[in-house]
Amino acid sequence: MNNVVIAPTPTDWNGDVMQRRIARRYAAERRFKAMGFFSVALSTLFLAFLLFTMLGQGLRGFQRTEVAVEFDFPTLTAGTTAASIMGPNADAALNSMDIPGLVELAVGQQYAGLEDGLLTSAAAANVRQMLADNPDLITSKQTLWLPADTRLDVAFKRSSEPAAEKTVAALSQKDALRTGFNWTFLTGADATDPSSVGIWAAFKGSLMTMAITLLLAFPIGVLSALYLEEYASKNRLTDIIEVSINNLAAVPSIIFGLLGLAVFLTMFGMPRSSALVGGLTLALMTMPVIVIAGRNAVKSVPPSIREAALGIGASPVQVVFHHVLPLALPGILTGTIIGMARALGETAPLLMIGMRAFIPAAPQGFSDAATALPVQIYLWSDEVNQGFVEKTSAAIIVLLIFLLGMNALAIYLRNRFETRW
Amino acid sequence: MVKFMTGTALLFLVLGLGLVGWMSGRARAAAFVRIAKGGPRGTVNSLPYYHGWFVAICAIAPALAFMFVWQAISPSLVTNMVLSAPAAADLPQETFARAAILSEARAIAQGFHTTAFQEGSEKLVSLYRNALSYYQWIGVAATLSLLFAGGAFAFTRIKPDFRARGKVERVVMFGLLVASLIAILTTLGIFASLIFESWRFFAMVSPFEFLFGTDWNPKSTVTPGAYNGYGAIPLFWGTIFIGAIIAMIVAIPLGLMSAIFLTQYASANVRKWMKPILEILAGVPTVVYGYFAALTVAPAIRDFAVMLGVSNAASDNALAAGIVMGVMIIPLVSSMSDDSIAAVPNAMRDGSLAMGATKSETIKQVLLPAALPGVVGGVLLAVSRAIGETMIVVMAAGYTANLTANPFDTISTVTVQIVALLTGDQDFASPHTLAAFALGLALFVTTFFLNYVALRVVKKYREAYE
Repeated sequence: MNNVVIAPTPTDWNGDVMQRRIARRYAAERRFKAMGFFSVALSTLFLAFLLFTMLGQGLRGFQRTEVAVEFDFPTLTAGTTAASIMGPNADAALNSMDIPGLVELAVGQQYAGLEDGLLTSAAAANVRQMLADNPDLITSKQTLWLPADTRLDVAFKRSSEPAAEKTVAALSQKDALRTGFNWTFLTGADATDPSSVGIWAAFKGSLMTMAITLLLAFPIGVLSALYLEEYASKNRLTDIIEVSINNLAAVPSIIFGLLGLAVFLTMFGMPRSSALVGGLTLALMTMPVIVIAGRNAVKSVPPSIREAALGIGASPVQVVFHHVLPLALPGILTGTIIGMARALGETAPLLMIGMRAFIPAAPQGFSDAATALPVQIYLWSDEVNQGFVEKTSAAIIVLLIFLLGMNALAIYLRNRFETRW
Repeated sequence: MVKFMTGTALLFLVLGLGLVGWMSGRARAAAFVRIAKGGPRGTVNSLPYYHGWFVAICAIAPALAFMFVWQAISPSLVTNMVLSAPAAADLPQETFARAAILSEARAIAQGFHTTAFQEGSEKLVSLYRNALSYYQWIGVAATLSLLFAGGAFAFTRIKPDFRARGKVERVVMFGLLVASLIAILTTLGIFASLIFESWRFFAMVSPFEFLFGTDWNPKSTVTPGAYNGYGAIPLFWGTIFIGAIIAMIVAIPLGLMSAIFLTQYASANVRKWMKPILEILAGVPTVVYGYFAALTVAPAIRDFAVMLGVSNAASDNALAAGIVMGVMIIPLVSSMSDDSIAAVPNAMRDGSLAMGATKSETIKQVLLPAALPGVVGGVLLAVSRAIGETMIVVMAAGYTANLTANPFDTISTVTVQIVALLTGDQDFASPHTLAAFALGLALFVTTFFLNYVALRVVKKYREAYE
């Protein structure tokens, strides 16, 4: 046997084959990088598209179309004086004036042939409010701007059915249409007529629900986090608690709704569709989020702090409540805000416990029937009337402003107070 | 209203008195400290505020416990008192009518309602009012006497050598333990309520029909032995099709590639801005996604399908819901992939680059295979999230359960049907309501299993590199 040594031929890096191969590999590299860039860009574009669609439709929801209606009050009301609708008897005097009739009369005189579907049903209430605010109006001829009917509103803002278009054209010629800020939308409640709906009732319901959620989920979450991270010995019970919390954090939200329905409503007989039950249900959902964030925050406090406190004679409870908790608090708060933002945007569990009812007035107490902002969005999105489209988007804008604000606050807190040990 | 307000008022009163107890306890202990200052060191065992807490806890805890119990038992005591009155003797014997009259009289007495509709409820109102105020006063008196007894007991115990801190700390530890047990209690509550209601459902409809039937068209009255339209296979299929197939086709490539681009290619500046922007996608509420899917995406997809020549394209098609859900999941997949790629030891990456591999070759042949368990765990979590998602499918997918693989057709999911079944009447004797709980149980078990496996996989993988 001869030992034949085969001298390896050195790779010809500048040869045609190798150059092609390298070019191919570099092309693959560029393609891969471009795919990555494309993914990020596509996700961002989708977000931008979503936000712009909502903004484009929603901004119109904050506006309303108003029609100029001339009221010749001295003739219409047969010389009612300003003094008679002031003072303590103002309500009764205004009630006896038949304002809806007046409005109908004035509109009939001025817009003969167009009066059907000109003003929203709430227009008379608007006139009443104006007179109550400024009784002197009644002594002279006045031009009042009153909210237009939904069909007209939609037609003025963008094209729609021909009949309404024609009215818009006729009114525009007389300069009798304008766009005003829709205060009713911020102060009102749900209604059947989209031109008189508002989000205040739903927003108040959300605030009350969130108050209950925070009141329950925050203390329970923080205390569990402290227990699990600082005191719990490694045993069966601790394992079960950990599995429960990790699992609860990933349970679909609708399951919490079923729990609320079966336990809070049916077993305990708590009031249906109330902020109390909504808050309890969302608290159970938010608590695990706070526990997990809290545990991470507590874990990141270095052991030297604990050892120093123990070393100068603090008891284990003092170590945690005087030293570890204050240092972990920014992290816990960040997690809490994120959890609360999630609860604020949550809809499905609230549907289960009946917060989908038609609520025409803001709730006064925690056991009153209430609805929440996301549920209101869902309810409006189901409406057939075209006027609700922009109201839904407008409500979404309000919800998004709050959610993004909360998330921004969480990020700010994290950056501002995060300590790298 | 009346009752609830007094409950709140009583709660505030109890807490206020607790504060008084705290202050008096602390003041008394502080006096000891002042005396002790003159004497030998260390005669006072605990700091004054521990004495304060001791008094406050002794005063409040029994009172609150009593209030809680009283809240539960007083309604039946009130009802018994009303029923034992002679005016209640001519109530109808039939349970349902009787309960309706009683509950209305009670609601009027409490101020929830103003007018009576049920015959005979009006004359019970004053009886109820009396009974309510009678037991309410008993409750208030008992609560306050418990509070004062507890407070006084604690106050007399305060001595210089009293170990207040030890006692308070034991209560604190107990409170911590109770807080952690609430998680177990919630899990048990979910499990028990789902199992219990499903049990009642399966007493009416056979589990065989539910699990293997291929037609979902639930009847509100069930005939034993016959097929009642409770076959959930189309729903299970719809859930998997939308959540685990369409959504994942969108979310896995986009999420994974975004994570790779942001961690491996993008400059620090780009990463700083793009990561929070991607996270916003996860922060948008699902009802907004649902509205967007129903109003913008679904019509566009239907038009596209019609253009392709698909004749039966529905406006509530599965594709729109799936795509939008996929977009919602992108940040979840992305952050899980990010974590698992970051956990791969740098030596592996450096080794590959040193051998002359390009960046993309390193990622594809070294980093991704090494990070695969973590990525798979992340995908499992994403699937569990997607199949439990409700609002997007409720608003964008349909209510008609179809067993089809055509993404342009209407397909319903488990969560949609839970919402549909519980809309309106929530009578716990109706198979509709109970079926919702059976669907909920199926959903809960599936997501529990997916989460458990996912967390195990991720944990195992982390340990392998530590």
